[in-house]
Amino acid sequence: LTCCYRKPKTKRAKRFLEKREPKLKENTKNAMLIKGGNANLTVTEVLKDIYAVKKPFAVLYKKKNITRPFEDQTSLEFFSKKSDCSLFMFGSHNKKRPNNLIIGRMFDYHILDMIELGVEKFVSLKDVKNSKCPEGTKPMLIFAGDMFDVNEEYRRLKSLLIDFFRGPSVPNIRLAGLEYVLHFTAVDGKIYLRSYKVLLKKSGCKIPRIELEEMGPSLDLVMRRTHLASDDLYKLSLKQPKALKPKKKKNISHDVFGTTYGRIHMQKQDLGKLQTRKMKGLKKRPAEKSAEDGGASPKKSKSA
Amino acid sequence: MAAMRVEEMLAAAEEQEAEKRRSITVEKELELEFDLGNLLALDRNPPPAAGLRGAGPRREALLRALARDNTQLLVARLWELPAERAGGAGGPLVARLPEPAFRLPREKPPPRPRPPTRWEQFARLKGIRRRKRTSLVWDEQAKEWRRRWGYRRAGGDPARAWLAEVPENADPEEDQFARLRREKRERVARNELNRLRNLARAHRAGTAVPAAPLHPTGHQSREELGRVARVARVSTASLGRFQPRLPKEPAEPPSRSGGKKRRFEPLLGNLAAERSRQLDLLRDMGSKKPVLDITRAVNKQLRQEEAEAAAAKGKKQSQRGKRGRRQQRAGR
Repeated sequence: LTCCYRKPKTKRAKRFLEKREPKLKENTKNAMLIKGGNANLTVTEVLKDIYAVKKPFAVLYKKKNITRPFEDQTSLEFFSKKSDCSLFMFGSHNKKRPNNLIIGRMFDYHILDMIELGVEKFVSLKDVKNSKCPEGTKPMLIFAGDMFDVNEEYRRLKSLLIDFFRGPSVPNIRLAGLEYVLHFTAVDGKIYLRSYKVLLKKSGCKIPRIELEEMGPSLDLVMRRTHLASDDLYKLSLKQPKALKPKKKKNISHDVFGTTYGRIHMQKQDLGKLQTRKMKGLKKRPAEKSAEDGGASPKKSKSA
Repeated sequence: MAAMRVEEMLAAAEEQEAEKRRSITVEKELELEFDLGNLLALDRNPPPAAGLRGAGPRREALLRALARDNTQLLVARLWELPAERAGGAGGPLVARLPEPAFRLPREKPPPRPRPPTRWEQFARLKGIRRRKRTSLVWDEQAKEWRRRWGYRRAGGDPARAWLAEVPENADPEEDQFARLRREKRERVARNELNRLRNLARAHRAGTAVPAAPLHPTGHQSREELGRVARVARVSTASLGRFQPRLPKEPAEPPSRSGGKKRRFEPLLGNLAAERSRQLDLLRDMGSKKPVLDITRAVNKQLRQEEAEAAAAKGKKQSQRGKRGRRQQRAGR
């Protein structure tokens, strides 16, 4: 527990601090959505829509904060520490960078990665007059385009977007509840984010046919500045504690077809003492046995 | 005749359309990469750039078709996962997701393992393992299962104990109830002190303070004081060789390398010391008493064996326990 400034005096305070301390299996990452000093209507609407998508794992700050993330990062780090959020999105607008969105993440309350994106076109949740899916649905994420693998910045952006929109990590999922999909396409230096509601139609077999209905925010983004973490800091943040690694079971191997093979090591067997099936007909009769033994006293035969 | 053929053709075309609408297969150049734990699909195929350049509904339609294909593939994979009906036969179909494969950075650094407490060290040395206690104990007097401690505990409420036996070697005038109360207070205080000491040790190990100066407000531990005194002695011009010493301090200042190097006596020095050393050696060699203390050596060996056996058994137990738990979960 923290022995820094104050020790908790109530159980509630202790629980609060325990929730925030580093753990083996971490909590779901929270996001903070901040408006800059000169945020305009578009950017505000974007932040509101992203908040609706990411509820309850997001905090939307109502007031404008006059900071420049790329120049001074202390104020963002302070907010992150206070509200225990490791993802953030900062919206601003000026003549040089219109409709600016800075999306980023933190490691240990210090900035890890920051990418600045410009919003060229935005269609909000309100503008699309279709039925929406319930709040807090875990979205399916699809990234299309080879740029997301070729370019280093796009790769980081992909990792950042997955981290941002992933939602809580669940062991099971209700198959009928897969309603929301976020599709990112990288083409021509632009990134198109589209959200669709998934309709499962009947098909001939078990797997349903998918029909998509446009829903929710759709953004056309263009990448501007980036502030990516250095390689070793990134590697440090990726490090998982050994206890989380799945224990490898020895003597088990899998082949290409998915068959699991196990190896058992046994001692050398005495084949003479092997238990085979009893064939009563082949059992030695007492007369024969005594003849073999050389006239030893015959035992009473047990079988009738 | 012609009308019928036209009808047939229309019907066939309709059927084909319906078939296409219902099909779930998708043709792709490169296979997608899936991470089902995150509900993630990565499509490496380059999207048709020509169609997506012009703005407007055509672009939307193309994007939507691409999204539909990719989602179909992802959903097909998800439907292939092992699924079961949650909450009985009528419940919703629930699929078990694998662990997320895509490596994402952590939020905070992994927690540092805290050092074992004094009891934990002792238990590991002796091979004592934690025995799980039952929460209920059979109470003979009440003839029922009662809690081990707490409200209505087995053995009655200790506050209402109206009898306190006087032990044999105690002062007859002494108040036994007061003694019991005092001892309980002392026990509680001692446990609290040990707990705080363990916490402090863990905190110190966590934020290792290398060679900081003495803590100002009097919470100096024995090791800290010793370390600082040693450093202060050596910080003179002659490196502590002529410092006055307390009566019981060792005559020679402790070596700088901490005793790792062997120091040899000068060859021609103390003749008396050499003589006494040689005579002692001869006496030990000639005497019948063994130099080795058998009992101590045997005890040491026994303890070591105990600790090893406990460690091996503990490892096997934990492995078995883990395997059992894993099997349970798989069977669910």
